[in-house]
Amino acid sequence: MGEFKVHRVRFFDYMPSGIRALAFNRDTERMAVARMDGSVEIFHCSDRFFQEKIIPGREQCGIEGLSWVGERLFSAGLNGGITEYDLTNQKVKYTIDAYGGPIWTITGNQQGTHLAVGCEDGTVKLFEVNEDKIQFERNLDRQKSRIVSLSWHPSGSKIAAGMMDMIQIFNVETGHSIHRMLADRGVGTSRSKECVVWSVVYLSDGTIVSGDSVGMVKLWDDQTGTLIKSHNVTKCDVLALSVSQNEDSLVAGTSEGTVVQFQFVSMVLGKDDNEWVRTRTFKNHTHDIRAVAEITTAVVSGGMDAQLVVKPLLDKIEVRSAASALRKIHFPHRRLVFCARKSGLMLFQYPGHLELWRLGESEGKGIPGSSLFVKRNPEKLLHLKVKGEDHIRCSAVSPCGEWIVYSTASSLRLYRLHCDNNNVSITKISKLPKVLSSANQLCFSSDSSHLFSASTQSSVHIVSLSQSGCKFVGTLKPKSGSHQAIHLLAASEDGEWLASANSDHEVHIYNLQTRKAHCTVPVYSSAVTAMGIHATTNCLFMMYADQQMCEYSIEQKQYTDWSRTVQRKGLHRLWMERDTPCLNVMFNPQNPSHVILHDTYMLCIIDQSLPLPDDKTQFYNQLTLKSLTEEQRKSHSHAFKVCKTFKDILCVELISDQSLVVVERPLEDVATQLPAPIKQKKFAT
Amino acid sequence: MVEQSEVRVVRCGGSKINLRPPIISTDSRFVLCASGDSVKVYSTRTEEWLHSLQGHTNQVTGITLNPANHLQVYSCSADGTVKLWDFIDGILIKTFIIGYPLFAIYVSEKHDGIVFLHIAMDTDSKNECFQLVAVHLPKSAEQEVEAKELSAVSSRISPNPSCTAFGREGQYIAFARHLQLNVYFFRKQKTYSFSLKATDKKGAKNAFTCIACHPADDCIATGHEDGKIRLWRNFIHTKEYTYSTQHWHHNAVNTVCFTPEGTNLLSGGIESVLVQWQYGAGNRKEFLPRLGGSILHVSTSSDGQLFCTSHSDNKITVIESSFKVCGVIQGLVKGDAVLTDLMIDPRSKALVLNGKPGHLQFYSLLRDKHLYNLDIVQQEYIYEAGLDQFEVVKAAFDIKGYWLATVEERGQKSSDLEFSLKLWAYDERTQSFVLNTTITAAHTDRIMSMCFSSSEETTMLVTTAEDGQFKAWCQGADADTQQDQNFWSCDFVGSYHNLKPTNCSFSADSSLLAVSFQEVITIWSPDTWELLTTLCQPPGVVRDLCFGQLSCSKYLIATTTRNLLCCWNLLTCALEWSTSVEVSKLQPDPLSENVAAFSYQSKHTDLFVFKPNEPRPLFTHKNVCSEKMHRAVFVPREEPLNNCDESSQWLNRSQLYFLTQNMDLLTFSTATEEDRMLSSSKRLVIDDSVAVTPFYLLLGKHRQQQQKLNTPSHPAADKPQQPQGSLTCLLLSFPSLFFPPEMEMESSEQEMNSEKEEEHSEEEMEACDSQQELRAQGSVDEVTPKLSKAQERELKRVRKTDFSWMAGLIDSKP
Repeated sequence: MGEFKVHRVRFFDYMPSGIRALAFNRDTERMAVARMDGSVEIFHCSDRFFQEKIIPGREQCGIEGLSWVGERLFSAGLNGGITEYDLTNQKVKYTIDAYGGPIWTITGNQQGTHLAVGCEDGTVKLFEVNEDKIQFERNLDRQKSRIVSLSWHPSGSKIAAGMMDMIQIFNVETGHSIHRMLADRGVGTSRSKECVVWSVVYLSDGTIVSGDSVGMVKLWDDQTGTLIKSHNVTKCDVLALSVSQNEDSLVAGTSEGTVVQFQFVSMVLGKDDNEWVRTRTFKNHTHDIRAVAEITTAVVSGGMDAQLVVKPLLDKIEVRSAASALRKIHFPHRRLVFCARKSGLMLFQYPGHLELWRLGESEGKGIPGSSLFVKRNPEKLLHLKVKGEDHIRCSAVSPCGEWIVYSTASSLRLYRLHCDNNNVSITKISKLPKVLSSANQLCFSSDSSHLFSASTQSSVHIVSLSQSGCKFVGTLKPKSGSHQAIHLLAASEDGEWLASANSDHEVHIYNLQTRKAHCTVPVYSSAVTAMGIHATTNCLFMMYADQQMCEYSIEQKQYTDWSRTVQRKGLHRLWMERDTPCLNVMFNPQNPSHVILHDTYMLCIIDQSLPLPDDKTQFYNQLTLKSLTEEQRKSHSHAFKVCKTFKDILCVELISDQSLVVVERPLEDVATQLPAPIKQKKFAT
Repeated sequence: MVEQSEVRVVRCGGSKINLRPPIISTDSRFVLCASGDSVKVYSTRTEEWLHSLQGHTNQVTGITLNPANHLQVYSCSADGTVKLWDFIDGILIKTFIIGYPLFAIYVSEKHDGIVFLHIAMDTDSKNECFQLVAVHLPKSAEQEVEAKELSAVSSRISPNPSCTAFGREGQYIAFARHLQLNVYFFRKQKTYSFSLKATDKKGAKNAFTCIACHPADDCIATGHEDGKIRLWRNFIHTKEYTYSTQHWHHNAVNTVCFTPEGTNLLSGGIESVLVQWQYGAGNRKEFLPRLGGSILHVSTSSDGQLFCTSHSDNKITVIESSFKVCGVIQGLVKGDAVLTDLMIDPRSKALVLNGKPGHLQFYSLLRDKHLYNLDIVQQEYIYEAGLDQFEVVKAAFDIKGYWLATVEERGQKSSDLEFSLKLWAYDERTQSFVLNTTITAAHTDRIMSMCFSSSEETTMLVTTAEDGQFKAWCQGADADTQQDQNFWSCDFVGSYHNLKPTNCSFSADSSLLAVSFQEVITIWSPDTWELLTTLCQPPGVVRDLCFGQLSCSKYLIATTTRNLLCCWNLLTCALEWSTSVEVSKLQPDPLSENVAAFSYQSKHTDLFVFKPNEPRPLFTHKNVCSEKMHRAVFVPREEPLNNCDESSQWLNRSQLYFLTQNMDLLTFSTATEEDRMLSSSKRLVIDDSVAVTPFYLLLGKHRQQQQKLNTPSHPAADKPQQPQGSLTCLLLSFPSLFFPPEMEMESSEQEMNSEKEEEHSEEEMEACDSQQELRAQGSVDEVTPKLSKAQERELKRVRKTDFSWMAGLIDSKP
């Protein structure tokens, strides 16, 4: 496998933000996730929950609700505005004010014609969804207290609204209230506290399900406005509810971090007298669950502990496979750490600022597995705050360490770093070319002479960098295809080629000499999660979300023989069952046949000269190999060498002095920085 | 086995009453439970043992009410028969011969005339392969019928009978084994199977331990090894089935049971807390804690007013639906092991052995009733695994039952042994034993054996210990403490060549003391403490020794580890005879010359009974039981039997009880004894208005006499005249143990008064009852001779009329 000196970096204090809202689009199988910091992420549910798109948030923009209308995504928040997103270019399309104070909830009807928002001032506002905008239509009867939750009847004629201490049913036509149902307050001391109906769900048979701060899930009849049944789920709050599409299953998320499932089950087999019965309880969260969504085959939940949990429902899965396993998503599927390979600098991307660190130095050599004495501690060189309210979308540092660039939704800034001994200073490059107003992805060429900036319409702008400043060189445009935003860029070592991948799974390769599109890699059904161009062979190595890998020869415009062998023989079962995507592809200059990959849990070196393992061979064979003699080793070794020494890896990078930088963010550290969870008595009755 | 039909090994008295779930009769007046070879009927109100249903020749392994007639009960037994009983009168109605050992029985209302039985699939019972079969019970007038229509339902059956249950209206049967739940639908004839994983990441143990089905909904409750309860629904789909999980028990759930309306679910486990879960209301539950031993079974009465739990300490608790304990039926307490010998309290003739931890229990075998516990250790027992606690290891009574000596010790496994010798005197006033002397350092090492001298005048205790000494203890006025009370002190310390003494025994007249020192038996005179002689028969260490009784008191019998049984004549000090037999236990009968010797060879235990004056055994019984026998005792009979048969003569004066390694108390019964018992149960005529207690039987006799006097003149007026005075004087003439608690007395009196109106009709019933009884008796006696056609018709008529009137009577009861 080869020996590396490893910089084990644990000073990147990345803190994922808590999940506030979820919205599932059944037609496109996309899950929209809104976080506390205002960012919205789109996950592809049938593609191993790959995080396709990230729309960074803004300061002071708390999202309270998300709603899909067709393929359009809307959000509303406590700043009182309704926002529509441009998912193609991954940015905010527009925001309009609802003029009702903070908005607690937003929901669209199934017909896709209207949006309803619940406001602090007690109004339910209806907005008509037009081609390109939304238009305020009218208010429903104004109530005394704020509207916390809303749910449309599937027919679109009625709306149930959860409020303080009660639930109202509105007729949408007239705008008047039909029924008023009072939710009980808790007993004892909590009697004086208002009961907040955190969530309501309106079922097609006229049943309204409510979850409240007393810990009850209640079922109401909308004809009579009476309580049918109540289930005491928890001692604290029931914060979120979600119903499956065929309305036979309901999940409720609680402050205790549990998801409780209810099922519509016939009490006497073969008869039709179904009842809602509490069945399973899932406990995968440590903190409040703020949002749940029941999708076709799983329950997705997210909350204050910032992880997205996908719990498969085994009774709805046809074939059990790695794609349908329990999945916990902690970290974004994008790179947040960039490395200046030649100068040993690290750039950490936080939502609101950038940090530049110089790696430490150690002396001497040690035996494998031991830790070396640190001669010079790592040093924080720079703390660069973002101008404006927008959060950083992407950033990059040039391989020589001289240039730093970042982009928000509205602006792009390029800095030049001066580093003589201990004095570090930066100068902002003014007068950027106009095309560089904003970028979806940024990348420097390997000799640091050019900056590539992915822009709208899947195009890439090239800017040449020099001592004096920067100059726009040209734009690379794909010949055809979609206009989805580019999320990955890879430049070749010799400065000849540039590859770009967009969220429609297209990979375009450009010739930088001619500035023309060279070719397009055949589109695969899964998204590209990482790619790299080999320094000597100029082959493009791609990793996909479903754990497949491809090697594409740019010069011959076809897959390499090795890649075809991989496709023919298939990958090992254990490799396919990993549940985090590979996030970086590197090549070992010492040994051209070595490809270095990493995901959150492991570091892997693929030796392309060795045979591929089949399902019968032992996949994790390092220990076995150690015990064998030199000759036996040859017959037993296979191409995959996996190192699991490091955990919770955010980034692995090979820098020019043949040492590896491994950036870890232990989940325990994340957990200690989370707010305190609800106090629970664990033992005794 | 054929020729030994005269004397049989039976489980009679002190048997487990917690083997199978107890059942409560429909009118909630009786609790029935399988106990040894019989079914016992207790009263729920007085907790008194009423009678037994006897007739099985092996362990009864299941009882269930006849769904067609709620006054009848089916029982199944390992002897391969199913018997149908009238449990109120204790009459055997029918016997169905199945032919295979049976292990559990289930019935359902919808399956008329069919019982479901667990049978072992292989004759090799070690495999524990069980099969559930449906047996069609043939309708026939004969008493003994062979049921041959067996049809297998499933072979995936757990040996635990709680893992099988009938579903709603008998439409399906649910059974579980290991990690698999199966539901078999009778109409569709289809089995649905659901499996759980053996364990998950959190280390759950998912094996099924018990099952119950909801009476109205299609919901199956299952208990699991790690304490979870799952409620399964939608189980006609192999994929869309669903279950919800409840978790309160911290260890395996032993039993789950729905109440008859299905509103609640009861569960119990090792915590000995009865938990009531509200059905359909998630976590709402109620607790009834501190019930004693861990709960093994729960059952409910058909009206849901009473619950019964049976516990690991051989106890049945009757609980009202308001979660109030209203009765405790205590059987012989069986802990993990009996460390003391089996003893007979000379005063109460009760069997004495280890009971609750740190206690000695007194158990009356005659009335099969637990009398009381005597707290020996007098320390709080802490229930925790692995904690080394004081336990009573030795106990001995003197001949009059005035003194009790006990040894308690702790630290058997570790080196730091702690023990103390306690002497208890019987206090006439409090009717119990009172601690007289505690000797904390009686010896420097563990006490091996002890015995009281058997003379009437002086009481002396001899203890032998591993420190190489034996000590004699006497009660004497201590010169230092000039008190009235006499404490025990050491009188003599003896030793022999520094060998370790093992056993000691006094001769019948207490003139000689025999102490065995490994291979040597030393004979001492207790008056002068002079070593009279030594007897030795090497090789082999002496394992057990005893003196002969009565006319054979000149003989000393000893067994050695080298399979030798020796008998010395003490007058000549010579070996009278010896025989090569492996004997593990010698037990002399105090009322006759007989000595019982148990020998364990090739995986079964044999019994020899012999007289010391002749080496030929009086009686041998091969294969008494398959386990090693380690305690035995002769229990004197209340009235001697008159067996003339030679082989059973030794059982005339006293009865031999013995305890096997897995804590079964077994005894021998003779043919004549069984005949008598059988006839007595037939004779029993019971007025079913009041639960029959011994107290009531006496009272009832009295009343009947009065009724006889009064009936002719004015029947309606006789009840008010029931003289209160005569009742009390009757009560006073009883021994104290027969007294029911005061509260009970009052209530039964009230009851009698409230039943005045019914009295008249009842008397009429009684008259016709006795007629029928006569007929029935006649028919029983004439079973073997051929019946004439007319007689047979008559018999059928009797059978048909049988009990229907009684059913009406019971239904009309308030």
